[in-house]
Parts: sequence; C-alpha cells; structure tokens
Amino acid sequence: MALKGNLRDFSTTQLLNLINLARKTGTLTIDGPSEAARMSFRDGKLVYAQFGNEDTSLAAVLRKAGKLTDDQTRALKQRPEAANDKALGLLLINAGYVTQAEILNGIRQHMLDVAYRLFTWVEGIFNFDGALLPPDDRITVQVDLENVIIDGSRRLREWEQLQEELPNLEMALKFTDKPDARLRNVNLNVEEWKVVSYVNPKNSIKRIAKATSMSDLDIRRVVYGLLQAGLVELVRPTGAPLQMPGANGAAPRRPMQPITKDKTEDRSLVNRLIARIRSL
Amino acid sequence: MQTVKMVVTGPFSSGKTQFIGTISEIEVVKTERKISSDAERIKDATTVAMDFGRITVDSDLVLYLFGTPGQKRFDFMWEILSEGMLGFVVMVDSSRPETFREAKSILETFRAYAPTPYVVAANKQDHAEAWAPDDLRIALRLDPAVKLLPCVATDRESVKSVLLELLYSILAEMEA
Repeated sequence: MALKGNLRDFSTTQLLNLINLARKTGTLTIDGPSEAARMSFRDGKLVYAQFGNEDTSLAAVLRKAGKLTDDQTRALKQRPEAANDKALGLLLINAGYVTQAEILNGIRQHMLDVAYRLFTWVEGIFNFDGALLPPDDRITVQVDLENVIIDGSRRLREWEQLQEELPNLEMALKFTDKPDARLRNVNLNVEEWKVVSYVNPKNSIKRIAKATSMSDLDIRRVVYGLLQAGLVELVRPTGAPLQMPGANGAAPRRPMQPITKDKTEDRSLVNRLIARIRSL
Repeated sequence: MQTVKMVVTGPFSSGKTQFIGTISEIEVVKTERKISSDAERIKDATTVAMDFGRITVDSDLVLYLFGTPGQKRFDFMWEILSEGMLGFVVMVDSSRPETFREAKSILETFRAYAPTPYVVAANKQDHAEAWAPDDLRIALRLDPAVKLLPCVATDRESVKSVLLELLYSILAEMEA
C-alpha cells in the first residue's frame, strides 16, 4: 500500500505515530519547499536520518557533536577507513579519540536533530518506501519513536511560541542602551555567549544562526532568552532594506505613504479629522 | 468626496466592534456570525469579515473605521483591510492576559503591512481584572515611544481620546 501524501494533510507527528504503531520498516522521504529529508526505520524504530545531501558520515556526525575538530575530520577523510563508518568507528575507539558511547550518542543526537526539525515542517510531499534501507556500512542506532513524538510535539509548541515572539530572523540585535537591574543576575551559557559575540546591528539573527551553526529553533530560543534578560534589543539591520519591524516597538522609519499628493493638504486633512472628532 | 480609513484590530473579543459602534455615526455594518468553536465561546457572535463604521467630517471628507476579524483563521483579510490606511488602533482586552501574546503578534503583522502610525488601546479598563496600562506595556514589550492608552470601548469620550491620539501621531509623523 502506498504511503504518500502531503504534510499539510498528514503531519510529521501523525506519520511517525503511524510508523511506530504499524512497526514499519523502510525509508520515509519528504520533499519540503526548500529542502528534503529522509528517515529510515526498522520495525518502527528510527535508525537513520538525513537532510538533503548533507554529510552524514561518522566523521561529520562526530565533528558536529564536537568530538572531532575540522582538521581532524579532514585528515580522517583521507584515510581508507573513512569510507566505512564501522571501520572508522573502530579506528577512533582504538586510537582513544572517542568512546563507543560517544559515537552512539553522536549518531542518536544527529537523528533526533533531523526528526525534531521535521516537526516544524507544515508542507512537503512524503513517500514511504518499504524496500529502501540505509547503507550497510553505516552504524545504526535504534531510537524508539514514542519519546521522539512526545518531545517533538513539545518542541513544536515551543517553536510556535518562539515563532510568534520572534517572527523575523532578518532583524539584528544590539546591546541595550539602558540595561536594567535584571542584568546583575544574568549567567550566560556557552550557546548564549556564542550569540552574544556576534551581537551587532550589522548582523541579522539569521546570519548569527548560520555563523554559530544553530537551527532556527535554537537561535530563537537563545535570542528570546537574551531579550527577556534585557541584554539585547531588536533592531533593523544596518543598511538593510526595511523588513518586518522588530518586536521592541520602535517607530517605523519608512515614510508614510502620502494621503494626497500635497503634504500641506495631508496635514490639513488630518487637522479636519481632529477637529471633527473633538466635536463629537 | 475624499475618504480616508483607519483600521481597528486586535485579538478575538478585544472590543473592536464595540469601539467602532461607540463612535460611528451610522449603525455599524457588522458581519458577525454565531461562534462555532467551544474555545471561543466567550461571546455569542464574532466578526468574520469586517466591521464598518463611518464619521462624516464635512461635505468633502469621510473617515471610515474598519474592524478586523479577531479570529486567526480570517487573518487573510488583514492585509486587504490595511491597504491605504491612515493609521491603526490595536485593541487589547486588558483583563485577558492569555490574549496579550496574540495582540503583540497582530501588532507586528500590521506594522509589517504598512508603516503607518498606530496606538495601542488597553481596553476594558473598567473591568475589575484589567491589567494597568503600565503593566500591559511591559507584558507587550512596547517601546516607551508607543502610545498605550487606557480605554473603555463603551465610553464615547474614551474612544474619542484614542482616535485623537492616533491622529496626533499621524500629524507628528507628517511633520517629521
């Protein structure tokens, strides 16, 4: 039976629930408006996930997890073992670079990152192919979907709220001119420091997210925290064309459209309105 | 005959229809329907397209007031209504903090549609549970430059005061 459709009609949550309940084996491919993703399952458990053509080799996953540096990743990719994740994993464990647990956690986290991002997709053609499975040389970790669904739904709610609070990632940040008392007790974590280091009216939030390799959800979460702490304010990026105005309530700088062709006439018109409403 | 328009927006049940009805010289043209959703059953009918009120200034000039539908599923109407507006009023039900987030979101959306002046009306100030305007300003994270005005939409003087403040802002913007 075909399992095809659009996320508009059948959401990621519903799809994963179905795959979990039916204990399905195969690969789910989703073609979204701007990118594609695929997730493989074995007996209803998630075993592999990938966005578009991103590098999902073990070396890339461990680099993303912070277990390997860029230089180490590059050097490893030159070695013949790099072609096979299982051989590379063994090499890294034997050389003392990482433990088996760190490898499994890295792969698990990579799959969860893909799955959680998919929860925010509202549009995309999906197709489930029961015959397609991940390549044999990949290390697979089985992840129960129940927790993914619960956690994904929770993140989706959070994402929706943050989306409302910070609708426009084209806005930039600047340090507040008038820091208040709340700042005395602010303790920043590593991610927040990373973002703070890029705070500059020239940098849009989107650019900061790219520079710090953060997802839209993560950057929104961090920026929202910094805004709530009163550390930063939203500003329009310097020199950038006017986008959606920010959440700090600053007056729009784009001039009003004239009502008539004549400014004096406009003023006269408004004054007539004022006089009329006063007289009511 | 020249016509100008102002838009009155805000979340569901924030008092937009009442605001227009209080000041309009004509019986407000309401497009209300019986509420179908249980979650929104805090009043009997809601605006599904727009409310429409009128104030004749003189023989050459008429001000139209358009109220937007408050329910999110009709937000496709907002952009249409915002076209060519002189300014807008964001109504907030001061007694329902659960709607503040949505009010902020609506405000941002309208600001994106048009760079016109606006004021925020802290409506239902006569309710016992109404938040004070100063508290509401913090809750909505409004810049001190944004006018947040106490309002009771059933009171004509209060509505007049909100509209006048909006017009003063429009005038100031023209003179800037």
